[in-house]
Parts: sequence; structure tokens; C-alpha cells
Amino acid sequence: MSQNTFTRVEDSPTGKKLAGPVGWLDDRLGLAAAGKKNLRKVFPEHWSFMLGEIALWSFVVLLLTGVFLTLWFDPSMAEVEYTGSYAPLYGIDMSAAYASTLDISFDIRGGLLMRQIHHWAALLFVAAMIVHMLRVFFTGAYRKPREINWMIGVGLLALGMVEGFAGYSLPDDLLSGTGLRFVDGLIRSIPLVGSYLEFFIFGGEFPGEIIIPRLYMAHILLIPAILLGLIGAHMLLLVYHKHTQWPGAGRTNENVVGYPMLPVYMAKAGGFFFIVFGFLALMGALIQINPVWAYGPYNPSEVTAGSQPDWYMGLSEGLVRLMPPLETTWFNRTWTWSVFLPGVGGLGVLFTSLALWPFIERWITGDTREHHLLERPRNAPVRTALGAAGITAYVVGLIAGGNDIIALKFGLDIFAITWVLRFGLFIFPVIAFIVTKRICISLQRKDNETLTHGWETGVIDRSPDGGYAERHAPLPDTAAYALTGSRERLPELEAETVHKSDAYGVRNPDYRKQSFRQKMRKFYYDGSVDKPTSHDMDHASEHLAGGGEHPVVLGDDFQGVSETGVPRVH
Amino acid sequence: MTTEIERTPGDPVADPGLQPHQYRPQDVDGAQERRTERQIASMFGLATLLLLGFCVAYFTIDGDMRIFAFGDPAEGNAFGGWSAQNFAFGTTLGGALLLIGIGIIQWAKKLMGDHEMVEMRHPVRSSDGDRSAVMADINAGIQESGIGRRPLIRNSLLGAVGAMGLPAIVLLRDLGPLPHSQAETVWKKGMRVVNDVSGEPIKPADLEVGQLVNAEPAIFFETDDEGHPVVHGHDLLAAKAKAAVIVVRMRPQDITPAKGRENWGVDGILCYSKICTHVGCPISLWEQQTHHLLCPCHQSTFDLADNGKVIFGPAVRSLPQLPLAVDGEGYLVAVSDFPEIVAPSYPELARDQKKLNEKTGGDA
Repeated sequence: MSQNTFTRVEDSPTGKKLAGPVGWLDDRLGLAAAGKKNLRKVFPEHWSFMLGEIALWSFVVLLLTGVFLTLWFDPSMAEVEYTGSYAPLYGIDMSAAYASTLDISFDIRGGLLMRQIHHWAALLFVAAMIVHMLRVFFTGAYRKPREINWMIGVGLLALGMVEGFAGYSLPDDLLSGTGLRFVDGLIRSIPLVGSYLEFFIFGGEFPGEIIIPRLYMAHILLIPAILLGLIGAHMLLLVYHKHTQWPGAGRTNENVVGYPMLPVYMAKAGGFFFIVFGFLALMGALIQINPVWAYGPYNPSEVTAGSQPDWYMGLSEGLVRLMPPLETTWFNRTWTWSVFLPGVGGLGVLFTSLALWPFIERWITGDTREHHLLERPRNAPVRTALGAAGITAYVVGLIAGGNDIIALKFGLDIFAITWVLRFGLFIFPVIAFIVTKRICISLQRKDNETLTHGWETGVIDRSPDGGYAERHAPLPDTAAYALTGSRERLPELEAETVHKSDAYGVRNPDYRKQSFRQKMRKFYYDGSVDKPTSHDMDHASEHLAGGGEHPVVLGDDFQGVSETGVPRVH
Repeated sequence: MTTEIERTPGDPVADPGLQPHQYRPQDVDGAQERRTERQIASMFGLATLLLLGFCVAYFTIDGDMRIFAFGDPAEGNAFGGWSAQNFAFGTTLGGALLLIGIGIIQWAKKLMGDHEMVEMRHPVRSSDGDRSAVMADINAGIQESGIGRRPLIRNSLLGAVGAMGLPAIVLLRDLGPLPHSQAETVWKKGMRVVNDVSGEPIKPADLEVGQLVNAEPAIFFETDDEGHPVVHGHDLLAAKAKAAVIVVRMRPQDITPAKGRENWGVDGILCYSKICTHVGCPISLWEQQTHHLLCPCHQSTFDLADNGKVIFGPAVRSLPQLPLAVDGEGYLVAVSDFPEIVAPSYPELARDQKKLNEKTGGDA
């Protein structure tokens, strides 16, 4: 224990000197009132709450390294002759954007490192956002009152992907130019207005001479500004709502238990920034990413085999590859469904369903309460199964986006892979849904089993008539409460049958809506197992406590059995 | 510390309340505490050294220096060879950042106070009193402004503000020119088909059966009187995006030309657009045996022996074919521009193709 030599801040020499300026600030900004509320704000602790932090700190790293890169990058498509120090491209005509990217990579000390950190941070930013979103989805953290923050998050993810695409298109190398060519084809495929959008965005026919300056503006000003604003709103709402927490002893829907922001969370979150940055710096040092000098300048008549977008565009890419040919001519116009549907429609469906899900679920369950306790995925089997189905479809898309690489590496027939995935896109998610739902329900049963029959001690009793049975011990209160605390009681579905007309024969005007909702509700709760009742628990504890048939009574301090069969006692 | 919460009818297990605080070794053992303190301080110290190392590396390591380089570039078996600068900068910076981060978190976990605190939540919704006060204010505002009683002012204002959208849209007009027909490329009657790297014209005898040559229109290599290229810069890129072609030679008996295309080749030599009709990637993966051409971007596959028809993948339209002939000196030349529109589909394609058919009199 450290000796108590603590001096209060206001009594310390520095504190005395600062008292004046701080008072001056408080007179004008009223800092103390805000500080009183927030300096010791409590945050609950769990490893999964760190995923969003990874995204936040990656974004900060992107801002820092991005500012460094802008000092040298020249977002111009003007043709220049390369005279830098990378010998294989010396004397070749290329855009100023590509030449300045080569300069950053070879002639600016630390430029390559910053470029690689920036690119790795972008991949991590999107990945962390997605994993964070899955955490929020599978634990039901988006439920009331956090639906708006969920939608802000969906917007952040969508913008983050656009931002990443704009960024990796800037160097104007062969790979990024091929990506832009794809986007050009995608824009053209938009019904009726495609050509207009193409000519307006590219300033004429592809590739034009203005797309890179425009993407640069979007990449360093427009989108980051919106991202910054949305991240600010996301964090403010997080503080305002107070963080959700896992159920446990003393943790209820009405309180939040954890460590104070000052000093513990300030140190943990602040320290974590250095860890994320350090990790990215090591990746930038050790793992090559996007070696643009190896691709050469953009040339619309060349392409490298195995051209791939950054991973988060893999879903779109995969869906475009899987789409069978489909193009129609209506009203003397060409409608290119085979590009438009998967390219624009795929992500459109994904983001729309993500944004709407909290409201759909709430409409189905009719639950209007506030939820601050996280739900274990197993306790919402249909939600979890839908999430698993979504992930499966996403992965099928990702695999399809790399079908040429897979065909090459595994020596498979690319047409066969494509056909399997074409069907798999619809079949695999259904399988994933069914399997996940059954697993969730089994886990619910297992929880009930543990609650009512106790945990397996490893102690084998021999009964007088020679039978053997394993002793079960009652679950500690804290563990039992953690299992039941946030688990919702199932609603009684039979009690609310929807009738076409009431007892007096008056037609129910909302019959169709109500009966559809009733069907959805049955689907949502189908198969779920309810948690034990108080009566079940009392009955079980009587059974467990009734040591009459056991020759040895396990004391309250019993802690299980060691590997050699000796009871461990604390 | 424990707050007893009543067992609600639905809850089978009562909340046991917060559990007693568990002490850490550092809380009870002074020696352990001082050891942890030293560990953390040495992490920060090491981080400082690494950051100094970064600065030393910045001024001492040469940009050309490579590390972990194996093999000999002259023999073509070189691999590895990282930039020493990048390695040194990244490892020193990354190491320092990690040490600072781990040190701070160690400090928070091992030495800072670790008593859990409880804060009560409050319903997000405002009180009924607040809600009705806000409604009263809004009503007072609406009433005093007279927005409901003065529809003339209200509607004319809405009209004016709405009209502000017009300049906002009109201002974007100069983003680019209006779309024009994309049916034309730089190909025209008599233009030579030349190798895309050397610019040399191609003679039928230069091509063996099964061979594929990436080619371009001769105009890309022409220079004016002062020696400047005729097409250069952005115009060259835009022209290439539509005019790049491939020339292949197949056995004449393998080719099944469509009606009207019988004379588009020269001794089994056919010329197709290199630009995929799907989203415009240059197509380059040629399977000699099957006469299939595969796009590396989305695997659309075209049968060059069968008029460039799509046999797999998301592309819909056949690969446009460029009719070939031989000029007076025996070199391959185009008979005309592409009779079909090159590059990815766009909404006016059907209209433009119809016009093109009328112009050429063809029925492609």
C-alpha cells in the first residue's frame, strides 16, 4: 500500500497557479457543470465494447496519416514524365497523381510507411465497424432507445466504404483505374439517366481528366467531414444513453456498473489508441499493401489478371460476378440489369434492411420498453439466425468476388464455382438460418438444464444398489442471475388470436395487418424455450439441497474436483 | 453496497447484488506494486529510446538500402528485399506506440483504483411536464408568428425557398457535357491494325494459328509534322478505352461466321474489340484450344470462333468484331469502324445501335 502523500490539486503549487485561468474559463464556458456530470461517468467493461473503439482509433490514424500524404500528393491527371528514383518507370508518361504517389513511396522518407499505414488503417476501419455492428446486432444493443444511433452506424459504414473506394482510386495506377472503369460501367447501367451521370461525373467520356481531382475532394473533405460529424453524434448519443451492459449480479436495466471515465477509462481508451496505432505502424512496416509501382500507370487497354477491389467491395464484386446475363430493351432504351441489380441493388438491399431491422423487430415483438441490458444471442434465436444467414450470404458474395483466385489456387473449374455460388447465395443462408436457430434453442435448453439441475461436479456417487450417478451442485446465485437476468419471458402467443370480426359481427378493419403481424410473431418466437419459473427453481433447489440420498454433503465452499478426483475446497 | 432488488414474478433468480471487491496483488503487496511501477516506467523509457532510434534512422539510412534481400536480381531469382527505411521507421514507431499503449493500460489495470461504481440510469424520455411545456411554447410561437393565419406570406415564402433548389441544380450543369453517342471509335476504313507495343503493322503471315496479338489503330502511333503524337494525353486514353483490339488467328474450318460476316476475316484472322461489353475491362485471357476469351474482371467468356458470342458470365452483348482486309502492301487494315457498339452498355445504346445499323445498312 502506498503511503498517503496525496496533495489536493487546488492546494498544489500548479493548482494554485491554474486556479485563475480555470476560473476565467468557467466564468465564460461553465465547464464545471459539464465536468461534474461527465468526468467520473461510469462505463461498463467487456472485451466486445472495444470493437467500436478500434474503428474510432483507426479513423484517427487515417486522419493523421492522411494529412501527411496530402502534403505531397498531387491530385491531377495532367500527363507528366516520371523522373523519380524508381528506375523501372523512369521516363514513362503518367498522370501527376501517379507520379506523386511514386514520389511519396520512394523519395519522401517515411512516405511509404505513411501510405501503407493509411491503407491498412482503412481496411481495419471498415472491418472494425462491421464487427462492431455484428456485436451490436447479436446482443440486441440497437433496441430502444438506441435505434437512431444504430442508423447513424449504418450510415457510417456505408460512407466508410465509399470513402475507402475514393481513396484507393486516387493513385491512378493500373489497378485503381480498372476499379474506376468498373464504376463507370456501373454508373452507365443506371436506367435512363446512366449516360448523363457518367458524363457529369467523369466530365465527359471515360476516363476524362477530372475524376481524380473530384474524388480527391470527396476523399479528403466532403466524406471525412460527414464521417466526423456522424462519429461525433454517435459518441454523444453513447454518452447520453449510457453504455449498455451485460447482465450480472448488481447490474440491472436501471443502473450502469463499471469504472469511472477519469482516470480508468481515459487511460484504457487513450492507451488503446496507441495500441491500435502501433499495431498499424507495424503492419505498415512489415506487410506490403497496394504496391502501385508494380502495376504501372493506368492504361484502359491493359489489365492485370486477378484484379481485386479492396476487401469491403468484395460483396458487390462477387454479386456482379454471380449475376447471370440480363439486359432488356424497352422504349428504345437499354436496361442493363446484369450490372445494375447486383452492383447497386446488392448493397442497397443490405443497407436498407440493416437500417430498418430495429423497427421491423419492434413491430413484430411489440416491445416498447427501454433495453439497457444486453441479450445473449441464444436468447433471440430468430434474430441470431437471421444474422447468421446474412453473414453467410455476405461470405458467399466475398468468395464469389475472389472466384478466379480460388479457381487458380485450388485448381478448380471457375464455371463450376460460379454455378455452386449462384445457387449457394440463396441456399446456404437458409441452411445457416435453420442450423443457427436450432443451436440457439439447444443452448437455451442447456441453460435451463444448468439452472434447474445445477452444474456437473465431476463427483460420481455410487448408490446402495450399485448404480453410478454424477453429482450436480446448485449454480452460484451470481451465475444463475447472469443467465436469467436479461432473458425475456416469452409472450403468450395463443392469448392474442386475431379475429376477422368481433362478437357483434363488426368487421375488424385491420384484420390482414394484424394477422400478418401475428404470423410474424409466431415465426419470431417459434421454438424458443422460456426461462424457468420461480416455481421450477424452488423445486430444483429442494431437489439439489435434499442431500438425503447422498452419503457425503458437499459444503458451500465446494469448488469442483481436481483432475485427480480430489474435491477442491477454497 | 448491495442494492436488494425484489424478485419480480417473472424472475426466477433474485439479483444477488454487487459482489465484494477482489483485491489485486498490487493492492496488498508493496513489493509487487513497486515491481509493476518499474515495469510500466521501463516500457515508457524504452518507447522514448525507440522514438530516438526513429530519428537516427531517418538521417542515417539510405533510401536505396534493402534488407532481407535474397537471390540475385541478375539471375531473376531475387525475392524479399524490403526497404530498410520503411522497416526501421515502422518498427521503431510501431514499437514505441505499442509500448506506450501497453504501459498506460497496465497502469490503469494494475495500479489505478479499481472499485466498481454504480450510476443510475434515467428514462430517456422527458417528463410529461416538459413535454407539455414544449408544446405550449411551440403553439405560442406558431400563434404569434401567424403562420397559420397568413397563408399568402407562408406560401410565397415556401415558393421562394423551394425555388432556391433550381440554381442549386442548374449550377451543376457544367459538371460535364451532355452525353453523345458512344457508337464511334477512331477506327475507319483503311486504318492499319498495329501491334500495341511496337506500333508495327501486322501481316497475315506474321500470325500463327492459335496466336493472339494485342493491337491498336495505327493513328495512336502517328506523329504530326513536328514529331508530336496526333492523339495524346486524355484523348489517347479515351480513344484507347474504345479502340483497343485483339487479333487472333484460328483455323478457317473452326470458324462459323454469322450471315454477312463471311468476309470479315483474312485467312482465319479475326479482329475483336478488347473491351468487355460487361463493364469495360480489357479482355486478355485467351484459351487457344477452345477459342474462348475470358475477361479477368468478372469472367465473362466469349467464343471468338462463333462471332464473339457470350458463353458464360454476366456479359450480355457479343464482343464487337472489326471487319478486316489487307491493304496494297499486304498489311491488315480495318474495313470500317465497329458495326456494333463497343464498351459497356448505357441506356441509349439500343437507340444508337439502331442508328448505326441504318447508317451502315447492316443488320448486325
